[in-house]
Amino acid sequence: MTNATTKPTVATVWLDGCSGCHMSFMDLDERLMTLAGLVDILHSPVVDSKEFPQNVDLTLVEGAVSSEEDLHKANIIRARSKYVIAMGDCAVTGNVPAMRNYWDRSDLFDRAYVENAQEPVSPEARKALLPLAVVPPLRPHATPLHEVIKVDLYLPGCPPPADAIWFVLTELLAGRVPNAMSVSRFGK
Amino acid sequence: MKPEELTSMMEKARADMQAFDHHINVCTESGCISLQSDLLLKTLGDEVKHRGLTEKVCVKGVGCMGLCCNGPLVKANTTLYQNVKSEHAPAIVDSLSSQPVQELLCDTQQPFFTRQKLIVRENSGRVDPESLIDCIAHGAYQALLKVLTSMTPQQVIQEIADSGLRGRGGAGFPTGLKWATVAKAPGTRKYVICNGDEGDPGAFMDRSMMEGDPHRVLEGMAIAAYAVGAQQGVIYVRAEYPLAVKRLTKAINMAHRHDLIGHNIFGTKFDFNVEIRLGAGAFVCGEETALIASVEGKRGLPRPRPPYPANSGLFGCPTLINNVETYANIAPIINNGAASFAQIGTEKSKGTKIFALTGKIKNTGLIEVPMGIRLKDIIYDIAGGIPDGRAFKAVQTGGPSGGCIPADMLDITVDYESLTKAGSIMGSGGMIVMDETSNMVDVARFFMEFCMTESCGKCVPCRVGTYEMHELLDRIYEKRGTLDDLQLLKDLCGMVKQTSLCGLGQSAPNPVLSTLRYFEHEYLDLINQAQASEADRNAAAKGESIKLEVLS
Amino acid sequence: MTSAVSSGESITLKIDDKDISCRSGETILAVARENNIDIPTLCFMEGLSVWGGCRLCLVEVAGSPKLQAACATVCTEGMNVVTASPRLKEYRKMIVEMLFAERNHVCSVCVSNGHCELQDMAVKLEIDHVRFPYRYPHLQVDNSHDRARMDHNRCILCTRCVRVCAEIEGAHTKDVKGRGVLAAIIHDLDQPWGESETCTSCGKCVNVCPTGALTHRGTAVGEMQKKTDFLPYLTLMRRTES
Repeated sequence: MTNATTKPTVATVWLDGCSGCHMSFMDLDERLMTLAGLVDILHSPVVDSKEFPQNVDLTLVEGAVSSEEDLHKANIIRARSKYVIAMGDCAVTGNVPAMRNYWDRSDLFDRAYVENAQEPVSPEARKALLPLAVVPPLRPHATPLHEVIKVDLYLPGCPPPADAIWFVLTELLAGRVPNAMSVSRFGK
Repeated sequence: MKPEELTSMMEKARADMQAFDHHINVCTESGCISLQSDLLLKTLGDEVKHRGLTEKVCVKGVGCMGLCCNGPLVKANTTLYQNVKSEHAPAIVDSLSSQPVQELLCDTQQPFFTRQKLIVRENSGRVDPESLIDCIAHGAYQALLKVLTSMTPQQVIQEIADSGLRGRGGAGFPTGLKWATVAKAPGTRKYVICNGDEGDPGAFMDRSMMEGDPHRVLEGMAIAAYAVGAQQGVIYVRAEYPLAVKRLTKAINMAHRHDLIGHNIFGTKFDFNVEIRLGAGAFVCGEETALIASVEGKRGLPRPRPPYPANSGLFGCPTLINNVETYANIAPIINNGAASFAQIGTEKSKGTKIFALTGKIKNTGLIEVPMGIRLKDIIYDIAGGIPDGRAFKAVQTGGPSGGCIPADMLDITVDYESLTKAGSIMGSGGMIVMDETSNMVDVARFFMEFCMTESCGKCVPCRVGTYEMHELLDRIYEKRGTLDDLQLLKDLCGMVKQTSLCGLGQSAPNPVLSTLRYFEHEYLDLINQAQASEADRNAAAKGESIKLEVLS
Repeated sequence: MTSAVSSGESITLKIDDKDISCRSGETILAVARENNIDIPTLCFMEGLSVWGGCRLCLVEVAGSPKLQAACATVCTEGMNVVTASPRLKEYRKMIVEMLFAERNHVCSVCVSNGHCELQDMAVKLEIDHVRFPYRYPHLQVDNSHDRARMDHNRCILCTRCVRVCAEIEGAHTKDVKGRGVLAAIIHDLDQPWGESETCTSCGKCVNVCPTGALTHRGTAVGEMQKKTDFLPYLTLMRRTES
């Protein structure tokens, strides 16, 4: 990203997901080279950039919206991106992160941090085990991305195959709106 | 019972009645009983007994007199008393031979009474529903006698068709046509069913009919059975109506004892038996195919039509299903002739309709009005307008399947077509009046919650669609909604209406659609308030410099 | 039953502008499928009684103001049927989306992933996301039976299992309890499946289930494949023997 270019700018973001979609993105393999020639990747877990940039043309979002931080990011992404793609089942449907939604958050924390602790703890010590500070608070439900911001394209799959990501990106770059369901589906 | 016996019974009962100098009628329907009118009846009886007046004063329990908000109501000869308590008993007995009790007087010349037209409810408030003799004295079973001794089934059907009577359960299907279809359906075994599964919030017309004049319902069913060729009748009543069940059971037993139902009625070859089936309080069982499944002992679920019950209903036999009020209309049509019935009402909606008035009005209770009366007249004249100086906002008719009609449309007339055109329906007769304090999104949400919990769960659009519509209404009402949510709600309304299996789902969107039609600004107001806070958040996001990949 | 006994009388009708002849008594769905016209269904299954609950097979019939369920509507002379208008396609999409929103269908961890009729329907109807708010109900998995498993999270209440159990196996172990979205499949008097005294462990319910709600025990993600061929054979054999 040396100089200002007229190439479309792209960002990828990882919210509440397993990074599998980004793995799939990396599975583009040598096509990543081609992609690098077509677009500028300004921001991504695989790019050394800390801040989500202004004026991004296309953002691929992996993961459900689980925490207040995710929501905050989603709003920033939407405000600064022209086109947002929900990439993968977590962003599209909530998927595995949303499997926590059937329980109350406090039960969830108890299960994760107290019941599974090495030794039984007193009620007083219990509270100290819960991650109530430093990390962003969980929202009541992990939700699909489109429940909090407007999404322009949905690419389901767990993860979407690299070919599907390639198809969607190249179609969009060619100025066409791809039918993602022709190359992927829920759970693929 | 032979034909002449009915006449002699009637004459004797009338003579017995006239032997009394005074009559005291106490309402003993559920509404007034909840205000201890049963105790009042007993106290009045005891008072008369103590004074040794049992030969002169007749005290009896009767059906509803209409003005439920001022109950218990008591009629002493021609004087109507309201808000009567047991301690008023001596004063009322005193008044029989002197001046009326001033502080209890209820004005019978007020529009609530004078603007009504009593046909179906003519004997409600006059007869003791637990006494067959009293009902016969007031003309019960005369129509059945006339039909069995002087009319063919075809003539009966023609008479009903000529009267223009339409189903009072809500949809308004021509009754004569329905009867003719069942009569024509091949089969030796046929059934008539009385649908007493009244379940709309705020509706109690059918309950009152069954509690206040059960013999009239039985008589209507017997006439229908004769007309369509059925020998067996079933009354389907919800278990939440214990008094109606008790009085109907008693009425059936008494009618049986006097051979008014059973074998060879009035010495003819006509046999007719009736049994009661209790519903477990599922709204969907008011839908005819679900009702039939429930009577058969199955889960109360609707099924695709055709085949219609007229051809394949209860146990696969041709079945006539009518609402309580429809059956209660039959005897007067037979007695007075189709022509006199057809004179009342509008061109397409004949006769009268009973409404249960509830909500923000002065006079709540039951009314029977001629079809074609203006809504305005019902609300401002009969119901006495809105209390506490508040402004009228909307009237909801037709229950969860109906809609809300706003103030500027109150000039419309009450008939099947006008109400449908206004985005509501006639329905079974619930009428809920709302004043300016009601939020219409909340009203829609209330009815949607009702439909959601009453959906049987068989078809997807109704089962999940009512849930989703309720969820979206919740969001909008709680100021979390967006314009997208509103659009989704509208799309859902159309889809659920078009694709649901039975009437419950097909009409479930109506309260939303009608409030959207007349009160969309209330939806938009709530959404605008939600968006204002949303916009603040977005503005903050755009300018904010947050390090995304590092947790704070 | 699905294909009512036909009286042999021949009638003609139009489906999607195609002139078609069939025997009287046949349903629109049966005739359409014989003529390679695809009408989507989820609750319908050849060999079981008609349920009419999923509403995916709704079609437009000229002259009828209401949409008709193709599985439950008998063809009549001169009928003009449209099976895939834009309106019908949109309604079908919404219905399947609602099914995804109703319970917890997590395809990626489902034993039926890749062999699921609900999933296939989403692909067929090009559903790439669900517009409706998800319900996230807290539902149980009945793991008490020694050969099969019932996961209520994945049930779409098509009642194929209830019907096959009552109509084909004759056990009527399964039925439905509750109303609306709270409705659920039960065994006997709502007891754990494994404790049912009427269940014959025949496994028919597992094979007719369109999703991963009913599965064989010991299957992992994507391993559960249903065999539905038995049903037409069974009904055919019964018909010829009787």
